[in-house]
This record gives sequence, C-alpha cells and structure tokens, in this order.
Amino acid sequence: MSFLSLTSIKKSFGPVHVVHDFNMDIEKGEFVSFLGPSGCGKTTVLRMIAGFESPTSGKIVINGRDQNSLKPNQRNIGMVFQAYALFPNMNVHDNVAFGLKVAGTDKSETDARVKQMLGLIKLEHLADRFPYQLSGGQQQRVALARAIAVKPQVLLLDEPLSALDAKIRVSLREEIRQIQQQLGITTVFVTHDQEEALSISDRIVVMNAGRADQIGTPFEIYNTPSTRFVASFVGTLSIIEGKVADPAAGAVTIGNQQIALKDPIAGMKGGDSISLALRPEAGSIAEGAKGDTALAGEVVSTSFLGSVIRTRLRVGGDVISFDMFNNPGVAPPVSGDNVTLRFAAKDLLVIRE
Amino acid sequence: MSSAKPDASPPARRLPLHWLGILPFAAFVTLFLLLPTMKIVVGAFQTPDGSFTLENIRGLFTPSILAAYWISIKISIASALLGCLIGFAMASAIVFGGLPKGIRGPLLTFSGVASNFAGVPLAFAFLATLGPVGIVTVFLRSNFGFDLRMLGFNLLSFWGLTITYLFFQIPLMILIITPALDGLKREWREAAEILGATGLQYWRMVAFPILLPSLLGTLALLFANAFGAVATAIALTGSSLSIVPILLFAQIRGDVLGNPHLGYALAFGMIVVTGIANAIYIWLRSRSERWLK
Amino acid sequence: MKKIWAWGALVFGLLYFTLPLIGMTNFSLKMRRGEYSFDAYQKVFADPRFQETFTYSVMQALFTILFGVLLVVPTAYWVRLKLPRLRPVIEFITLLPLVIPAIVIVFGYIRLYNTSSWLPLTGSLTGTNILLMFGYATLALPYMYRAVDTGLRTIDVATLTEAAQSLGAGWATILAKIILPNVLVAVLSGAFLTFAIVIGEFTMAALLNRPAFGPYMQLLGANRAYEPAALAVIAFGITWGCLGLIQLVSRFQKSAPPKA
Repeated sequence: MSFLSLTSIKKSFGPVHVVHDFNMDIEKGEFVSFLGPSGCGKTTVLRMIAGFESPTSGKIVINGRDQNSLKPNQRNIGMVFQAYALFPNMNVHDNVAFGLKVAGTDKSETDARVKQMLGLIKLEHLADRFPYQLSGGQQQRVALARAIAVKPQVLLLDEPLSALDAKIRVSLREEIRQIQQQLGITTVFVTHDQEEALSISDRIVVMNAGRADQIGTPFEIYNTPSTRFVASFVGTLSIIEGKVADPAAGAVTIGNQQIALKDPIAGMKGGDSISLALRPEAGSIAEGAKGDTALAGEVVSTSFLGSVIRTRLRVGGDVISFDMFNNPGVAPPVSGDNVTLRFAAKDLLVIRE
Repeated sequence: MSSAKPDASPPARRLPLHWLGILPFAAFVTLFLLLPTMKIVVGAFQTPDGSFTLENIRGLFTPSILAAYWISIKISIASALLGCLIGFAMASAIVFGGLPKGIRGPLLTFSGVASNFAGVPLAFAFLATLGPVGIVTVFLRSNFGFDLRMLGFNLLSFWGLTITYLFFQIPLMILIITPALDGLKREWREAAEILGATGLQYWRMVAFPILLPSLLGTLALLFANAFGAVATAIALTGSSLSIVPILLFAQIRGDVLGNPHLGYALAFGMIVVTGIANAIYIWLRSRSERWLK
Repeated sequence: MKKIWAWGALVFGLLYFTLPLIGMTNFSLKMRRGEYSFDAYQKVFADPRFQETFTYSVMQALFTILFGVLLVVPTAYWVRLKLPRLRPVIEFITLLPLVIPAIVIVFGYIRLYNTSSWLPLTGSLTGTNILLMFGYATLALPYMYRAVDTGLRTIDVATLTEAAQSLGAGWATILAKIILPNVLVAVLSGAFLTFAIVIGEFTMAALLNRPAFGPYMQLLGANRAYEPAALAVIAFGITWGCLGLIQLVSRFQKSAPPKA
C-alpha cells in the first residue's frame, strides 16, 4: 500500500470538468511533481489533497486513512503557496511557530523547533524580522520552514518558485530538494516549468486537460514521452510530420526524403500520417558526424546560448531544432545554409496521439 | 529624472518657488481651519479683556456641564462601538458570507447614501418611525399592545440618539472596512487552516490583528462623527436633551451660560475630547502595526 | 451555518435601514386624514421659503464646488509633483475637519471674523455668504482632497507634466488641459459628495444666520407635523441622486482606459 494514494479523482465546478479520473500512488519519502500548463488541473488536485476542495468523486488516502471526511486543519499537511502567504502581522519566528502554537505545543519545545527550522533554512539571524523586511526568496524559505515545522505527513508545494527571480529559483529548488531528502518527507510539487520538474523530482506526472498523460521518472518522461503533448511540453523535442511509405520496412517519407525507422511500424499502413519526435541533442551537422540516418534541410535561424548553439532547420514542412556544443574553432551555420542533419534511427520516436 | 528637466535651476532658487505652489491652500487652511481652532483654544484661557485665566476651564466643572459631556461621550462611544460591530458583521457577511454577488454593489451604494444622510432629515425619518406616532411605535401598540413609551423608550434619550446615529455610523463602517476585508488574502486563511488552526484561531491570531489598525481608525472617526453631530440632535430633541453640541449651540446663539468665554471653554473641551480619542487611536495603532511598512 | 449568520446580519441591517425610510415615506403621505396623498409635498413645494432656501443652498453648493476644485486640484497636483515629502502633512490637515466638530470651527469664525476684527466678514451679507462658503469648503475638504488625490494616483503625473512641458505647455495649460480631464471622474465624485453635504448642512448656516435649506428644515420640523417627513424624503432623494451620479461617472471611467 502506498503512502498517499489518489483513486479515480474527479472534480467539476458546475458544468466544468477540471479533473477527469486521476489516479496516482505516491510512496513515503517520494518527491512527485505535477507538471502541466495553467488550467490543466494540477493545482486543483493539490488543493483536494490539502482539503480546500473536495473531490466530486474518488478517494484520497494518506497513510491508510481516508481523507475525504477530514477538514484541512485535521489533515496534518504542510503547504507552501505561490505568493508566500506569510502572516504579515507576525515576525519570522512567530510565523514558523504558528502551527505549533495552535496545536498547543509548550513554549520551550516550540522555540527549540523553530530554531531548528530556521537553522535548516539558514535564516536564524532574521528571526525578529517581519515579512515585509524580507526578500521574496527569504519569505519563501520561511514559508517552507513554517510548513515543515509541524512535521506534516505530506508537504504540498504550489508553484513555490514562480514568483522569484531566475537565479534564486534555481538555488531555492536545490535547497528544497536537499531539505526534503534530509527529512524524508513525502512531497507533491506543482509547477508549469519543465526544467524545474525534471531537476527536482523522483517522479513526474505530466497533466493535460485534467488527465495524467504520463507518469514516470524524469529520465523516462524526457526520453520516452508517450504522447504528443508530453513530447512538446517536456523538453524541446521537434515534431516531424511524415507519411508511412512501407510499414514493414519502417520506411517514412518526410517531404521528398525517405528515411528508415529502427523498427517496423505496427498498426499502420502505407500513406498514413505519422508523427516523429527528435530531441535537440540527438542530431549533428558537423562533418564526419555519426548516425545511420540523414535529413537535408535549410537553416532558418541560429541562437547562441553560450555553451550550446541551437539551430532551427527546415525539413519538409517542419522545423527541427538541434543543439551543438560551442566550439571556438568552428563558426555556427547562418540562415540559408543547406546542411545535412545526421542522427541515429533509434533516437527518432514515434508519437502516438 | 528631475535633473533632465528643461527648467532645472539651482536648488537654492527652486525651493521657495516650489513652496509657492501650495500657498493658496496653506492660506485657506490657516484662515479657515487652523486659526479659528486656535482662537477657540486661546480664548478658553482668556478673560474678556484678554489676560490669562483658568476660570473658564474651571467653569466647565459644574454638574450640569459635566453631565452634558458625559452623556455626549456615552452616546458617541456607544454609537461608535455598535456601529463598528454591526457594520463589521454586515461587511463580513457580504465579503465572506457566501451571499449572492448581486447584493454587494447595491449595499455599498446604499451605505454611501446612508452615511451622508445625516442631520435634520435623519431626525425626521426617526421621528416618523420611533417617535410618539411613528410607524413602529403605532404598529407595536395597536398589534401587540406594546407601548414603547411605557417600556421606557424615548427617542429623546441616550438610546434614542444612539439608535438614530447608527443610521450613519453603520454605513460609514461598512464603507471603510469592506476594502480592508477584501485585503485579507485567501492564502492567509488557507495557510492558517492547513497548519491546524480553527476558524476562530485564524480570526484571533491572523485576521483580527491585521484588521486592527483599520478598526481602531474607524472607531476614532465614528466617535468624532457622533460627538460633533449637532443637527440631528437639535432636530430630534429641540434642546430638551442636554448634550455638549446642543449646549454649545445654545451658548453661541444666546450666551445661555451667562459667560461668553465659557463658550470657548466648552468648545475647547470638545476639541480635547476628540483629540484624546484620536491620540488613543494613534497610540494603539502604533502598537498594533509594527509590522506595517 | 456560515450562511445563516450572514443572512441574519443582512436581514437585521435591511430592517434597521428600511424601517425609517418606510416610516418617513408613510408619514409624508398621510397629511390628509384617512387616505394617502401628496398634500405634504404640495405644501412644501408651494412654500416660498422652501424655494428661497433651497435655491440659496444650491448656489452655496455650486460655489463651494467651484472653489473646492480650484483649491484642491492644483494643490494635490503640485504636492504629488514637487513636494511629495509634504503629502503626509497635507493629508493630515485635510482630515482635520473630520475630527474637529463643525460647530467648533464655525464658532471660531464668529469670534475671528466679527465686525470689530481685522477681517470683518460677518459685517456684511456678502461677507457672511463668502464665509459660509469657506466653511462648507472646509467641511468638504477631506472628501474632495481624497477623491482628487486618489484620481491623481492612477495617472503618472510627472511623465504627463514633462511630456506637456516638452511640447511647450505652461502651468495653466497643463492643469486645465492635461491634469483636470484625467482626474475628471474623481473631481466629479468629490463635487457630488460636496453637493450632498452642503445642501442639508445645518450647524454652520444656522449659526451664521443664513437662510439655507438646513435651518429651514429644522424650523419646519419644530412647527409642523407632516411636512418634515416630506422634506426628509426629498433630502434622501437628493443624497441618493448625488451618490447615484458618482456611481454613474465612475462607471464611465471603467469603460474608459484601464487604470495604471
């Protein structure tokens, strides 16, 4: 039996179905991200776990206990909000102590716990400050300390990094992950940022229009997306549209070029449309590049991103992006160049809808 | 930014010119707000021929004048407190109570109207309602045999004035506190809830302290509002109820106290009372909002 | 559960607020024995004193508004533009009339500007009328200033001014053609509120002995039975009209460009 399990969760607001039949089992100590665009239902699922919304149907069980009949203040869950939501009338110490205070913990124990929490987020020196005197990153760390001070069974993070600057976002997410592993706390993290989800999670749930499209480790999600939505939302895969030429041989026509896939194409016949995906790091146009497959195309644009150069290539009716490492000795291609992209047939993924 | 302005000139020359811009305003408030008030304050400590005295102030400490102050203060405190309480209940009913959205707009508009519907016509409205032949009085008497008068209720009394003043006190509270209630973020409530707090704990430890400065400010304002109300009281009671504004009104009109400078002292006393109310407010506020920028 | 007390608070409020309105309306229609009629209203409207005092108060209100706008708009603008550090002080001063009772202020006027003083405003009718108008402007100051200052906050005063100056506009042009149109809704709101305050004001007019609408109502209340209720209905209608106009003009603003 998993620690947190969501079974057949549905949620409608009036006639609008926000979550359709959502199923998920989360193990104790696991860090799971809900990833998806805004409006995909990820926050609604999180709020149902917290108890702020109740599911229209379905079951939420934490540690063997059905949560549906419990109010938020009976669930022993920690939550961090996007807009920090620190109590403005309390200083840092009192904010962190709040959950302990309402639980009736005695003062010396509370103080010790607050001290420990502030040590964890390295803000002991700011205990007397009020929220308005803190930076956004500091406020969010205090919010994290406040949430875990009560030793919750589950920690919920609702886009906790989206209001922060890019640099702080990266450092704070590493801090969150480190604290989470240190405490072994079961965590659900909601984000629309794929890089965030990939870097921090044990597993990712990619959500689309109220459904879980794919559940898997970051490695699985990135390398073998199971739907076109996952492929386009996670990473920067290029989608290439083609026509099946010979299913048995795995032959596909793209524009006026023909390539062969690694395997025969099951369940399709000649002339069917087929979508293929290629990761940006899978191909190369360098001279002597390895790869059993080649596509010729015209360079549309290049962007210099520092360590890598991203080039967009028009092939047939599609644009394929690929990255190459920066090399001071080799000038990047310019738009209008005709080049040949080489890659391994096994890196070309067939996307099923 | 400002250094790029075409008219930039050395600060030494610019400063007086800047101050010139508020000269009309400064002259107006000096002549028609500050000086008249000062005149009262100074006059309270002067004899008719202009020398310093404490006699006028001492003159206030007669039983009848003290009683007038006391009932004025009681009415003002009662109508301010009740106004705050009821206004708060109504405002939170429309903000958090889950009432239909359509109620909010009309209620706020009505509050704007009612908070300005003071003075003489308000007294008439209450006379027509709770007066000897008012609609409620007559209704209770003819249908239930209740005689408000027999039960000790009189519009020309502490409770009568308090109930009447509430007609503009409650809406004023609603107008001021509704934006403050809107400013309570949903996340604060949710954060408190998920940390295990009950609704009551949330209100006691989070919402109430956050609202306290606005509540105190409104209380002070409502107090001054009731304390200085002249027209309603006069139109309601004639001069049968001796409250400070009525006493001062009569004194200005006809020197009923038989000492012109006692009028100064009476008015000075009113400034002192509202001044104390506001000083208490400022003091409490500074204690309650250390957390504000 | 929560809804029950919310409805309870609302119903209690509605009862408290509608009963006096019903009471005064009912009473104002009962002048003729045994049936409802508009006799009380006819009496009121036919009274020459009503017409005189009402006209007088309307004129006072209009002059107060004119003076208030001319005083407050340039000041609030100037303070925002050049003297931002002075804002708390100005704000404090403009709030004083809410704290110092009107009766105290007018008492100060009577003693300060009497016939034997350096500025004997109460010595002549015109002088007293002007003094009363200044008094009304003082009473309306908190509302007028707040309305205009809030309006100015939604526009970028400094940038607008610099843009106008770079096109060669002078101060009068900037105020009249740039600032005023941009805060027109706020100014109108303040103006309607001022009108509502002035039209029924009693204390100042009574103590300065001017024939305004407020003292007239009080006098009538002391001597008649049904006409005062009719007056109360009329006064309520005027207040409602003024506040309704504020709603109307602010709705126009909402359909205009959004606030910054």
